[in-house]
Amino acid sequence: MAQFTLPANSKVGVGKTFPAPSGAKDVRAFKIYRWNGDDGQNPRIDTYEIDLADCGPMVLDALIKIKNEIDPTLTFRRSCREGICGSCSMNIDGTNTLACLKGIEEVRGDVKIYPLPHLPVVKDLVPDLSQPYAQYTSIEPWLQTESPPPPDKEQLQSVEERNKIDGLWECILCFCCSTSCPSYWWNGDRYLGPAILLQAYRWIADSRDEHTGERLDALEDPFRLYRCHTIMNCTRTCPKGLNPAKAIAEIKKLMIERR
Amino acid sequence: MKMRSSLGRVRGLGSAKDGVSHWWLQRLTAVALVPLCLWFVGSLIGQVGADQASVAAWLAQPCPAIVMILLAIATFYHAALGLQVVIEDYVASEGLRLVAIAAMKLACFALATAAVFAVLKLAL
Repeated sequence: MAQFTLPANSKVGVGKTFPAPSGAKDVRAFKIYRWNGDDGQNPRIDTYEIDLADCGPMVLDALIKIKNEIDPTLTFRRSCREGICGSCSMNIDGTNTLACLKGIEEVRGDVKIYPLPHLPVVKDLVPDLSQPYAQYTSIEPWLQTESPPPPDKEQLQSVEERNKIDGLWECILCFCCSTSCPSYWWNGDRYLGPAILLQAYRWIADSRDEHTGERLDALEDPFRLYRCHTIMNCTRTCPKGLNPAKAIAEIKKLMIERR
Repeated sequence: MKMRSSLGRVRGLGSAKDGVSHWWLQRLTAVALVPLCLWFVGSLIGQVGADQASVAAWLAQPCPAIVMILLAIATFYHAALGLQVVIEDYVASEGLRLVAIAAMKLACFALATAAVFAVLKLAL
């Protein structure tokens, strides 16, 4: 059955508090999920008090400040710090988003930070993404054609054809959407989830791809595609403002169209 | 211990090549149920205060009887499709899932048959 309570060894306890330095002007508490598989302890919430007068504006700035100046054991993924790499996806203030795009001022009160929901945790804010990555591999996310590629030029696309993959190619695979989806929580082993289905539609909608039918065949499944119940959490949470729910609806329309 | 690769697990048994008709029929029955339910509620309001004999006589007429049978079939068909999704969503164990879906489908079929029989008994 679907699990609605946490197992005993996943119950979250209260951790340490790191007070703000004396003379801090604008103090904000960051409550961050900590878990380390090596120490045998339950997860805990550590509290870091940060002087916002001495910190960058984004949640990622605060995390980097904590790691550099307060607690080097805090573990999280980050790279580009400008919303294009998708590394720093996490649950901030109850919503999955990118720490680098989330302003601290957007959060009222304490800033609560957890890893992406319902994935195995490697350490602290780092989830194990091997399942979603394998699902991404399974949709064969590359251009597939039967006609041999022209030897001396690109495969051309009209402006209208190119416009059809707008709103799809921008996905950076941060998995905020998939891990916000209850259907993916309950059946993530078989349901592909919104991120992967949006990516699948990106290749289905590409006029240069000649394997549309094979792609639809691979998705035609009660679990892979049809676990989407139009809950719309995916579209609500996407930090890039994309609409995975619409991409899934387009796939469902094509399934009807080809019957 | 599971040592199978992530991709092996994800590819699993492959696509079932199924699910489109389930999805489509669920929407079709939902659309059909809109006028059927409105008719049903409206007709019942029209029967307020009537005694058992006159309601039975009304339902014995061809038109109400036919629409009532359509309502019963659409309702239980839609219920079976919807409940199947609920069971698939929340029952993870394969064996229990199979048994629960089979029991639910047989129950829906039995209830639909009983409802159709009840209308026919009045109408024929």
